[in-house]
Amino acid sequence: MGQHEQAVSIQNLHKRFGDLEVLKGVSLEAREGDVIAVIGGSGSGKSTLLRCINMLELPTAGTIAVHGEVIAMKSDGRGGQQPADRKQVQRLRARLGMVFQNFNLWQHMTVLQNVIEAPIQVLGVPRDQAVETGEALLRRVGLFDKRDTYPAFMSGGQQQRAAIARALAIDPLVMLFDEPTSALDPELVGEVLAIISGLAAERRTMILVTHEMKFARNVASHVIYLHGGEIEEEGPPEAIFEAPQSGRLKQFISSVH
Amino acid sequence: MSAVASATAAPDQAPTRRLQTHRVILVLVALALIGMAIAFGRWDWLPRYGPRLWSGLLMTLAMLAGSACLGFLLAVPLGLVQVTGPVWLKVPAQAFCTVIRGTPLLLQLWLLYYGLGSLFPSIPEIRTSFLWPYLREAWPYGLAALTISFAAYEGEVMRGAFAGVPAGELQAARAFGMSRGQTLRRIWLPRALHRALPTLSGETVLQLKSTPLVATITVVDLYGVISRVRQETYLVYEPLLLLAAIYMILTAILVLVFRFFENRIPTRGH
Repeated sequence: MGQHEQAVSIQNLHKRFGDLEVLKGVSLEAREGDVIAVIGGSGSGKSTLLRCINMLELPTAGTIAVHGEVIAMKSDGRGGQQPADRKQVQRLRARLGMVFQNFNLWQHMTVLQNVIEAPIQVLGVPRDQAVETGEALLRRVGLFDKRDTYPAFMSGGQQQRAAIARALAIDPLVMLFDEPTSALDPELVGEVLAIISGLAAERRTMILVTHEMKFARNVASHVIYLHGGEIEEEGPPEAIFEAPQSGRLKQFISSVH
Repeated sequence: MSAVASATAAPDQAPTRRLQTHRVILVLVALALIGMAIAFGRWDWLPRYGPRLWSGLLMTLAMLAGSACLGFLLAVPLGLVQVTGPVWLKVPAQAFCTVIRGTPLLLQLWLLYYGLGSLFPSIPEIRTSFLWPYLREAWPYGLAALTISFAAYEGEVMRGAFAGVPAGELQAARAFGMSRGQTLRRIWLPRALHRALPTLSGETVLQLKSTPLVATITVVDLYGVISRVRQETYLVYEPLLLLAAIYMILTAILVLVFRFFENRIPTRGH
């Protein structure tokens, strides 16, 4: 393992929805401090890949390890597999800070309540300590004055910043971003990307599914181009964006610019 | 009522609704009607029946509160299993809600009281059990019928409310490591309740006005006392007007209580 410990490791991941095979054997290694950007066209399987990491989608085959610990799977009797130990999955999920495309803030809670919910309920952090941490995180994403606001009264950009604070509140080993700016109005994208850039700058481990190519290029340490459920090409951002090898990647990059 | 409604409405709405002309006129008409009822009606019977009216009111409130609370406790699992399964719970829950909602409450009440109520005394085990002192009375059958009915209607309301909670919020709960129980307790149920509250408010008002049916099985609720007044005094309108006034006041209180809970979590105004 060495000084750059393994954060997330995916081996030969397959995911099938009925007859449709969305992931056809994807392997990925994220070490601590890595910022991995997953890019690809719609239907390439990039969101599914991310959602498999914390078992929001159950992989049909393949293994996932978080911090070196393999998630134990067993057969579900229908040709797929399911977690063998639900407690293990819950424990490992609490180490992965997920940020969704549609924010998915809990609408019946204020921003601060959203941020302190998982630390208190899942990690057992004392309430006053969770509030202190939560308020510091909200200050960091520029929402301290909105801490008692309900999500429905905030803009998409504010909601996504609150969702990032919620994910940071569990002090995650890895942050998972599932197209965090795709549901935002164009003028709100910048404020969210600025916060993610800040996290990348402090070497927080992140796996990021995104459509923002310029952003991926600037923050990622490693870029994976997914096509048709397989890794078509991967490498450092300079290589991927300036000297793409495969024809599909060349076409993809020219089409999104 | 209307004054309170506008005072507790969302702050972005204009607060000056309470003094609109037509409202003032309606309030004046209502006051005039009440004044006429008091001035021209016969109310000398009221003090004599005071204590009985009070105990009738308490019975009505007990029937409402008991059946609404118990019924709601049943409605939550009834709604939940219809959304989550498993099939062997979902199908009976659906059947229960359909059958109870598809038959008149009066019929259910009579089936319980005249059916079960006349069957029980013929079973020695029941006659000797500790429940017998209660099963001899009428009110447990009334409470049971009202509870079952409320559970069936609210089970359907909760089914919709559970199903209507965005899947993404439940995914978020799972993604942060919550167990199924935590997700239900902290996210799904409160979120569903909040969505269902306006409907539950209306349904509870309807339930209040279903309670007089228990008078048909000799439970002496408010309606039962008023019936007695009418039989004994040969008055037609005055007792019924009083009855109407009391139910209206109870309805107003119920609506206000529910509105208080609804407003604890603001919803984006629509």
